[in-house]
Amino acid sequence: MRWLWVLLLLIPSFATAYEASPLAANPQAEARLKALAVELRCLVCQNQTLADSNAPLAEDLRREVREMIAKDLTDKEIIDFLVSRYGDFVLYRPPWKLTTTLLWVGPFLLLGVGAIGLVFALRRRQKKMTDVTLSEAEHNRVTQLLSEGARRP
Amino acid sequence: MIPEIGHYALILALCVAVVQGVLPIYGAAVRNSSLMAVAKPAARGQFLLVLTAFCCLGYAFAVKDFSVLYVAATSNSQLPLHYRLAAIWGAHEGSLLLWMFILSIWMVAVSFFSTHLPEAMRARILGVMGLVSVGFLLFMLTVSNPFERLIPAALDGRDLNPLLQDPGMVIHPPMLYMGYVGFSVAFSFAIAALLGGTLDAAWARWSRPWTTVAWCFMTVGVAMGSGWAYYELGWGGWWFWDPVENASFMPWLAGTALMHSLAVTDKRGGFKAWSVLLAIMAFSLSLLGTFLVRSGVLTSVHAFATDPKRGLFILVFLAIVIGGSLVLYAWRAPRVGLGGGFALISREGMLLANNVLLVAALGSVLLGTLYPLFLDALDLGKISVGPPYFDTVFLPLMTPAIFLMGIGPLAQWKQASLPALAIRLRWAFGVSLVTAVVVPWLMGQWTPLVTLGLLMAFWILATIVVDLRERLLQAEGGGSIGGRVALLPRAYWGMVVAHAGVALFIVGVTMVKGFEAEQDVRMNVGETATLGGYTFRFDGTQQVNGPNYVAARGTIHVSQDGKEVTVMYPEKRRYFVQNQTMTEAAIATGLLRDLYVSLGEPLEGGAWSVRLYHKPFIDWIWGGCLVMAAGGILAISDRRYRLAWRRKEATVPVEAQLARPTVT
Repeated sequence: MRWLWVLLLLIPSFATAYEASPLAANPQAEARLKALAVELRCLVCQNQTLADSNAPLAEDLRREVREMIAKDLTDKEIIDFLVSRYGDFVLYRPPWKLTTTLLWVGPFLLLGVGAIGLVFALRRRQKKMTDVTLSEAEHNRVTQLLSEGARRP
Repeated sequence: MIPEIGHYALILALCVAVVQGVLPIYGAAVRNSSLMAVAKPAARGQFLLVLTAFCCLGYAFAVKDFSVLYVAATSNSQLPLHYRLAAIWGAHEGSLLLWMFILSIWMVAVSFFSTHLPEAMRARILGVMGLVSVGFLLFMLTVSNPFERLIPAALDGRDLNPLLQDPGMVIHPPMLYMGYVGFSVAFSFAIAALLGGTLDAAWARWSRPWTTVAWCFMTVGVAMGSGWAYYELGWGGWWFWDPVENASFMPWLAGTALMHSLAVTDKRGGFKAWSVLLAIMAFSLSLLGTFLVRSGVLTSVHAFATDPKRGLFILVFLAIVIGGSLVLYAWRAPRVGLGGGFALISREGMLLANNVLLVAALGSVLLGTLYPLFLDALDLGKISVGPPYFDTVFLPLMTPAIFLMGIGPLAQWKQASLPALAIRLRWAFGVSLVTAVVVPWLMGQWTPLVTLGLLMAFWILATIVVDLRERLLQAEGGGSIGGRVALLPRAYWGMVVAHAGVALFIVGVTMVKGFEAEQDVRMNVGETATLGGYTFRFDGTQQVNGPNYVAARGTIHVSQDGKEVTVMYPEKRRYFVQNQTMTEAAIATGLLRDLYVSLGEPLEGGAWSVRLYHKPFIDWIWGGCLVMAAGGILAISDRRYRLAWRRKEATVPVEAQLARPTVT
């Protein structure tokens, strides 16, 4: 019987004794990679970030970025290198350029135009809208109609 | 034989659709009652024909008829029956048939629930829907026939994409399409009103419930798509700003704006032209979404060029629908009256401002989705527009919209006073600000974005409380709280619930973005990892055989403070036919957090790389969407709509109905 107790005592300690090791050798570098990879595109996937993709090419690219991080390159240097090799396509945050100006300005332009249009439309509307004054007879008729309506169940 | 019956049914449906699209509209123009009366039976007949076609395709899938090209391309003899049936909408041709089928369902619904409308209006509505279905049926019959034969027949099918072999596939596309196509009803109401020149408050009252129902389907559909991506794709995200997702999000935004604009048209007679424009926009974006997703243009602009017939048809169809309705709009809308006057600071003003914000947001999504396509098509370089762009652009547009969402319901119609509003809302603002600052601090990590997100959520909830309190105090006659609650109309409760749903949604998004944690670990059998206070113990994998795949299923015991919480079984599956590996994540759902485990790759000695996530409040995202949809359903169960439905039960002769065209 005693050996069973020993075994029972052993099991939980056996289970907690071994912490799983992180996949990455250097968790800090991995955090940096992660921060970079969510802004980068997996080039062969339909629409996935480099961080999410399991494609072999994404794996290779992540390893390369890891190596660059190990070489102590700055984020900007890493991104510049990737852009020089793969073009702007690799960036999920399109860079500000002549061709992307409309992309970045567009939403706020829309909002601005919308807001100005709104104010103008309302002004014009107010001008068109003249207060209709009711004559005495019309007023009486309205009151009569309203009271009739109220009486009806 | 059966597929030919389906094909034939589609041809007949096209004939009926032409009749339905031409005669009633012409009849309404010349006031010919018998021509107008064609609309109803035509709509119902068309439904039966499309239903026949749909069943025929379903039958071909059920009996594994691989002599039908579409069946051979999207299913396989090993595929279980429910996925074979879901494969009906697994690719381009079948999705169009589903679209058409759902359109015919909406048509039948309109034919049954429109007896309280003037006959000319109903004839025009069904006529416009008929014209839309002419477009779709023509498209199917000319360039995208789901019944096309493959002779000689294939020995076996190429199988459904394993990503789509999921319960989500069975229900998500029909749900989403109910929303997409539902906007065709709002569109048809708008076009019918433009055609008839009867663009009045009654028009808004009639089309409101239809719009709301479509919006509810759309909300649930988009949420389900997001939830599906979350558990099926295996990397724990819930929204990727993927063009396919954007395609469903844009009509949702337009529909949301439309609902609010229609509320003003209904109550105050204003914004008529704007409501019509939004209805046209919502449906055009639904069409655009359907085609963007299904035409392959998103994968590459050049995929479009490989099948120019389809692409050309789509472009022409879109141009006719959008261009035609805009021309009609430009011609007719200026004659529309203005409705009641109002000041900039008023409920109307705020709803309109919110509409501008929603449409600007919609424009940004459209811009971000189409911009890379345009650049590529013009040979100006390839770029990617992804989450960082949309997050950057969306936040500044949505923040003021949410802020207005709190104030709007409290502002008076016509003219509101800002100082008075400020006084009524100062406590709401103070309380939500303090809570938003303190809560993240209590949770141990303070960031400005988390505070901003929580501020928006608490602001919505706090303003709802203020509003409810005021209204309940003012409610006449009802002595008890219960009586007072019952006095407020259901439409109002619907709004409250839907807005609260937005708040829940924001809480979910904020908490996940701010506090989620993940860990990539190498786990040997028996090893543990700790994340978010939970201990995960890996107990190895075993082989499991599915109907058309083989899987390695891991067993992971999760415990908290020494007590076992749950056991999770993440899988790595390999599907035979397409030889594709899929990650089936295991998720332990909870009100306050999800635990999410997905298997990576097998390593030496029975160890696996495992990705663990702790995602606080993530289910609130979808919960919030469901609450929003529940609000919509509550709103259409309002007394005045029930009265309208009941009225139609008393059979009224046609003449009598014509005699009182503005019955509501």
